[in-house]
Amino acid sequence: MTTAFKPKHQRLVLVILALVAILAAGALAAWALKNQASYFYIPSQIVSNPPDPDRGVRLGGMVKPGSLKTAPDGVTMHFLVDDGKAEVPVTFAGIAPDLFREGSGVVAEGHMMKDGTFVASNLLAKHDENYVPRELQDMTKQQARETVAETTK
Amino acid sequence: MIAEFGLAALWLAAALAALQLVAAWLGQRTGGEALALVVRPAAVTQALLCGLAFLMLLWVFARTDLSVLLVAENSNPQSPLIFKIAGAWGNHEGSMLLWVTIMAAAGGLIALVERRLPERTMAATLGAQAFVTLGFYAFILLASNPFLRLATPPQGAGLNPLLQDPGLAFHPPTLYCGYVGLSIAFSFAVGALLTRQVTPEFAKVMRPWILGAWIFLTIGITAGSYWSYYELGWGGWWFWDPVENASLMPWLAATALFHSVSVLASRDALRTWTIMLGVVAFSMSMIGTFLVRSGILTSVHAFAVDPTRGTFILALLVINIGGALALFAARAGTIAEGERFSALSREGGLVINNVMLSAVLGIVLLGTLYPLVTEAFGVRVSVGPPYFNPVSAIFLFPMLVVLAVGPLLRWRRDTFTRIKLPIVAVAVVGLIVLLAVWLIAGIAFLELLGLTLAAVVAAAAFLPLRGRSLRRLPLPVWGMCIAHFGIAVALFGMSVDSAFTVERLSAADVGQTIEVGPWKVRLDAVEPVAGPNWTALSGRLSASYEGGPAHELTPMSRTFWAPAQTTSESALLTRWNGQLYTVIGEGTPDGRWQLRLWWKPFVTCIWLGGLLIALGGFLAMVGRVAADVRRRVATRKIAVRRAEVAAA
Repeated sequence: MTTAFKPKHQRLVLVILALVAILAAGALAAWALKNQASYFYIPSQIVSNPPDPDRGVRLGGMVKPGSLKTAPDGVTMHFLVDDGKAEVPVTFAGIAPDLFREGSGVVAEGHMMKDGTFVASNLLAKHDENYVPRELQDMTKQQARETVAETTK
Repeated sequence: MIAEFGLAALWLAAALAALQLVAAWLGQRTGGEALALVVRPAAVTQALLCGLAFLMLLWVFARTDLSVLLVAENSNPQSPLIFKIAGAWGNHEGSMLLWVTIMAAAGGLIALVERRLPERTMAATLGAQAFVTLGFYAFILLASNPFLRLATPPQGAGLNPLLQDPGLAFHPPTLYCGYVGLSIAFSFAVGALLTRQVTPEFAKVMRPWILGAWIFLTIGITAGSYWSYYELGWGGWWFWDPVENASLMPWLAATALFHSVSVLASRDALRTWTIMLGVVAFSMSMIGTFLVRSGILTSVHAFAVDPTRGTFILALLVINIGGALALFAARAGTIAEGERFSALSREGGLVINNVMLSAVLGIVLLGTLYPLVTEAFGVRVSVGPPYFNPVSAIFLFPMLVVLAVGPLLRWRRDTFTRIKLPIVAVAVVGLIVLLAVWLIAGIAFLELLGLTLAAVVAAAAFLPLRGRSLRRLPLPVWGMCIAHFGIAVALFGMSVDSAFTVERLSAADVGQTIEVGPWKVRLDAVEPVAGPNWTALSGRLSASYEGGPAHELTPMSRTFWAPAQTTSESALLTRWNGQLYTVIGEGTPDGRWQLRLWWKPFVTCIWLGGLLIALGGFLAMVGRVAADVRRRVATRKIAVRRAEVAAA
């Protein structure tokens, strides 16, 4: 422990040490990102190819009008998230975001259960009338396009 | 008139920055006179003009001049004055003007007071500062003019209600002082590279500036964390939101930087590494700005979603960082290797600190950018605590062990036997805490390790004072001890909050009592309340701790009318051993009210620790500056004496 670095090589040793640590951090990060990042799904994707129950994912879509029900405990909500093609039942216990409404967009963070319900641990809704979660910006446009296509058929 | 005046001042400031850049460039070729004649005055005048432009913006906002587009979009005549003024930087254009104002002020300040460096290095530094500032002037003047007029003045949209909070008045300016203050380190690094003057003297000049920026960053992050904690009503204090990461990354780099600058100043080692960190630290500030201001990331902080602006900032980023790194690559080889040191020495410990901080920086950066990379391939992901917490802990926890031992080591070379006793003592403290917590509470691994390390760091924090005269101890040593102790306090708060928080969620009838941890909380009433620009439903709760006297809390659900939006205002009750956190939600159809309650033991330690860390940095900076002032006074006295002797 008390020996000094070989005089000539100190700078080299330090550079190698730093590189090794940073590469190790990078490798670790890459591995962890693959495993821990939560993927974004829309209802038709999650129905056709459901993720593992132990994997955190995000589900984005519209809260289907008429589907929102509050359980007798007053804090658990059940509703359907829908993208025009498929719908997924979602359960959420908590205080919903202020702009969470039937017919408005929502991104739910949580897990897909084996029985096909999505248990949300957190709901992200619009923060104000100008702010829309990024995932929903496209979705609503796409939906609008589809709606137009359907009605003008 | 005021808006046009501000815009004119801004154009003039930009012109002066160009002059400053050209003069510094020419000065490099012709000699030192350009500095005194042009560069320094230009830097100071530029700072004054830019400050004037910013004052004009504040004025326009204070009188709610709705003919200015920015005011019309972000302010409202009915808002309280403090939010009118704070609204000036609660939007994209205004916050960029604040950014460039601080940058110009920082440049002006070094031009005014810094006399220790060789004139050529100083001129190169101010030239680099002018170059960076000029880029941001161009961005504001060409792509986001805050003084733009409207043909027909409208009603005034009002400030986003989430931002209508005293936090907005302090949080962004503090954070920006930190972000932009790091531009000085960047300019110093570039100046030193251009003139090949990487010396301990240079490090001593740079150190107080880095410390100053770092203190602002620390306070800004701490305040921002507390703000989002009580404002968002989610009970969390850190969300690994891209924008939080954008402030954490420069902080990590700056922390590494001022530790390595100390090595350079005291021991003339780690020369190239310090320069590299100087470049990296401000690069992280700019990357953060790019991520936030370009709107490519989803975040409550993203004001503008405008592709031109994103491209503009990206171009600035590439020019500044790319240029500095190219310069570094070209010149690094010509900087001679510094003094050597043994692996077991103060330098050795600081090298580990630097490497670990850089590794954590890399981890946070990759995690923040990963969603952008996958999106380019059409896959949408979000990265959150399950990634950031464990992966950064792998590097942070060993670093904290070194943090406990490092300050006990001597510079240059040390022996293990000399520090055996304190190390054993600290290790015993750690083991006792580990066993005690494990046996009593049985909590998760990460929190257990966090608590143990908090005890180890706290026990070791003041050991460097051992055997020294407390009265004669230099201020920076006190600063180090207090800052390190602050880390222990914050880590303790984080671990306890994460391990022992109790949460209750229920729908309560008026008159019903809910238990959460040691608290009994009764919902007494729900009543309507009106504020200056909002109405609210306010819950009246009475809470008693372990059967003690009742305290009243009033969480609200507020509805603003400009812009129309609802926010929930949490109500907090602070005791010495934690906080009760209450949020009220909507009424249920059967007449009950949603209540979400948390008992968070020792959560306040997180921010207390942050403030202690900042206090430590402040003491260190004051100590350094005072020593410099004393030296200047002494040199002047000696000169006067010599002149007298010569005259006699």
